[in-house]
Amino acid sequence: MLSKLADSTPAMPGLMLASAAGSDSQRTLYPYVTGTSVVGIKYKDGILLAADMGGSYGSTLRYKTVERMKPVGKHSIIGASGELSDFQEIMRYLDELILNDNMWDDGNSLGPKEVLNYLTRVMYNRRNKFNPLWNSLVLGGIKNGKKYLGTVSMIGVHYEDNHVATGFGNHLARPILRDEWHDDMTFEEGVKLLEKCMRVLLYRDRSAVNKLQFHSETLINVNDKLLLLSTAFEWLSKMPKFYTHKQIAKITEEGVTISQPYSLKTFWGFSAFQNPTVGAEGSW
Amino acid sequence: MFRNQYDTDVTTWSPAGRLFQVEYAMEAVKQGSAAIGLRSKTHVVLACVNKASSELSSHQKKIFKVDDHIGVAIAGLTADGRVLSRYMRNECINYSYTYESPLPVGRLVCTQRSWKRPYGVGLLIGGLDESGAHLYYNCPSGNYFEYQAFAIGSRSQAAKTYLERKFETFVDSSRENLIKDALFALRETLQGEKLTSSNCTIAVLGIGEAFSTLDQETVQRLINEFEVVGEDPPAEAAAAPDQSDGAEPGPAAAAADDDDQETPAADQGAAPMDI
Repeated sequence: MLSKLADSTPAMPGLMLASAAGSDSQRTLYPYVTGTSVVGIKYKDGILLAADMGGSYGSTLRYKTVERMKPVGKHSIIGASGELSDFQEIMRYLDELILNDNMWDDGNSLGPKEVLNYLTRVMYNRRNKFNPLWNSLVLGGIKNGKKYLGTVSMIGVHYEDNHVATGFGNHLARPILRDEWHDDMTFEEGVKLLEKCMRVLLYRDRSAVNKLQFHSETLINVNDKLLLLSTAFEWLSKMPKFYTHKQIAKITEEGVTISQPYSLKTFWGFSAFQNPTVGAEGSW
Repeated sequence: MFRNQYDTDVTTWSPAGRLFQVEYAMEAVKQGSAAIGLRSKTHVVLACVNKASSELSSHQKKIFKVDDHIGVAIAGLTADGRVLSRYMRNECINYSYTYESPLPVGRLVCTQRSWKRPYGVGLLIGGLDESGAHLYYNCPSGNYFEYQAFAIGSRSQAAKTYLERKFETFVDSSRENLIKDALFALRETLQGEKLTSSNCTIAVLGIGEAFSTLDQETVQRLINEFEVVGEDPPAEAAAAPDQSDGAEPGPAAAAADDDDQETPAADQGAAPMDI
């Protein structure tokens, strides 16, 4: 970049400064293809994350099968809203991080707390260089029985809590969670609560699509034996009743489980929706 | 080893496939005053002999805290030891800053760099990670090994002999007994000279207990306890508040209590070395 500036011979010093703006093409200025809210809660056996599968291109709901949640290592799940290409970049960083961690082969592994703090450092450093990764991330996991749920924003603001959300989720879902979340919810209660949040988001967030993915990280105890990943998956895939576009994923101490996509049931038959323009003729 | 034409440079191999400079560096470790390390499942004890060069000077510090959960004892060129300690502290702090989590000790031990000359110091590194307490020995060659117990420095063979006899008991040893074994082993290296709190240093770290160096009073008390065979050691509760950081958890102190009622008998059975 600097060499390009040196090559151009500006007529006036001012032009030199102006041409520095060319370097803007190297920084993230606006997001282009974005994902909307991610919502996460702690429940009795671990963590549940939910996100829809939409990728918006501005106001167009362009991509409808985008997986915005991914497992990270043995113990964590990450969910992202914001620029999807930056999320893919973050996944590359994390893949390298986990790979190096595994290469030690020494019985130690990075847990969710370590991963979130690593991401915080990455996000904050990029923000300092005025070239942010335009994402809000939710990171949840369970390690040695200890549950962890946290979030970090594109400018590096991070915190942990029993329930977190990104984007519109903060405004629409968190109030519901503040009222109705409690400690030691069962898996069914957790899913139901998250579905309630996602339904509100579907009604009110214009970037939401009715195709959800749930991720959960949990310890499933069946006859005092931990359910293996594949068994858990099957059990989960039998669970949801409306079974087309939503995905629930669960992470046990053993691993991550992702359900098939399915949709929420929605109701549009409210009387106020019939003849909506009756009070204001000509409007739409 | 005698001087030969292949020993000038650390980058020169001898025809026999030896790096003499590295071997000479390992000799430097053998000249340093003794350092001993032992570990149980939950604790690591580091002990070293402190020789002051004269009555007027203070003795050199040979045990360093690297992090709350990692400590190192050195033997050899203490200046090199300090350089390495600073490097290790740096690594630990950087890791903690990025991951908000303590650096697993096994990932710290591969640190030797091949600059102009090898470091002339051996490191006994005690630390914790997810799988419990660990003790490593890092030598100037860059190799490192994990040990249940080890001794380095001058006259360390005497300590090693003692440790070899008793190491099988260390795994489940209580904290107090581990410290006593360390002092026993240390006494071996003094070959007749009296062991007092002014010529040795002891440091402990463990699960739930941050790294700390025992103060002179505690050390002297512990020495007195085993010098007089047959005397019942005082209640363990007295020992716990003496630690500077990380309070000894209650159950551990109680457990140590139970152990100690038995150990006077055990100590009498395994009679102190009469060499």
